[in-house]
Amino acid sequence: MPIADPVAEQARDDGAIAARQRAMALLARALAPEMAEPVERIWPSCAARDLKPVETGLVMLRGRIGGDGAPFNVGEATVTRAVVELPSGERGYAHVLGRDVGRARLAAVVDALWQKPEARADVEAAILAPIAARIAAEKAKTRAETAATRVDFFTLVRGEDGA
Amino acid sequence: MTALAFADPVFESQAVFRRIMRAMAVPGTIFHCGESLAPPAPLAPAAAAALLTLADFETPLWIAPSFAAASGGAVAAYLTFHTGAPLAPSPETAAFALIDLAADGLRLERFAQGTAEYPDRSTTAVAQGACLGEGPKLTLAGPGVAGEAELRAEGLPRDFLAQWAANRGGFPLGVDMILAAGTALACLPRSVVLSQEMR
Repeated sequence: MPIADPVAEQARDDGAIAARQRAMALLARALAPEMAEPVERIWPSCAARDLKPVETGLVMLRGRIGGDGAPFNVGEATVTRAVVELPSGERGYAHVLGRDVGRARLAAVVDALWQKPEARADVEAAILAPIAARIAAEKAKTRAETAATRVDFFTLVRGEDGA
Repeated sequence: MTALAFADPVFESQAVFRRIMRAMAVPGTIFHCGESLAPPAPLAPAAAAALLTLADFETPLWIAPSFAAASGGAVAAYLTFHTGAPLAPSPETAAFALIDLAADGLRLERFAQGTAEYPDRSTTAVAQGACLGEGPKLTLAGPGVAGEAELRAEGLPRDFLAQWAANRGGFPLGVDMILAAGTALACLPRSVVLSQEMR
């Protein structure tokens, strides 16, 4: 019988949680067509069913100034959430900003598909990779635009003539 | 497969809330709710409707052992998934409790009684396992009851009247009860005085 190694198990759990967090974070920023097209093409009959009606509500955003300031409520954000279940039992969750019900539901479906070991590679390649690439490109573009307007300030050495 | 809750959570839970409020205001009246629900056995539809309506992430829920044992914890999974309520470790820390009168018995004094400053911080016990509308007649008196009202309930614990008298004796502290049977529901707020004719 193999001896359970709690440290290794904890590390594996942390890795699994981090991977799911990464996938869900990408899905929260995905556009509807980025998910709808691959889902229809690869899993046309995934038969996900809503466990709760998709609903829109407000989420209080908390913030703190600096790393050590007291937490305060920044304001509320509109969030739509969806929970779906596949016939094989995987439960997909999604929270997306805004009121797009279809987008939230698609993100939940993809999250559920991602949890199926046999579907994960396809989800990563067909859905998550393009989203990650688009987000990276947008970020690079913003960065380049910002960099073009950069002004470098410097102080001239005052001429202390008469030295 | 996870069982579903209200198809239209906002309006259905408001309708159930309205009925529970009315049932609390007029003790002894029987209302029906939860007809659209198919909760995991042995949870009664009316009890499910009451908890889905009242419990949320701020109200610890204590689920009696008979429900935890039945169908692999499906009742607890159903209620926590749909309400977001945390499970209370013991009855005295619960805002709501789900009990089966036949399988678990009843110990009202084990639940949270509230405090003198905050009498509202007591447990509301949702109890199923009794039959409403038939059986021995209980006579109700107190706020919300004009003169006397009657409630017929079969399958209440033998010492129910004594327990209820003790519960009433601690007023304004005490436990409120929601009796559920099938889709029927009746409320016993802590202010009600119960008596039973001797036969």
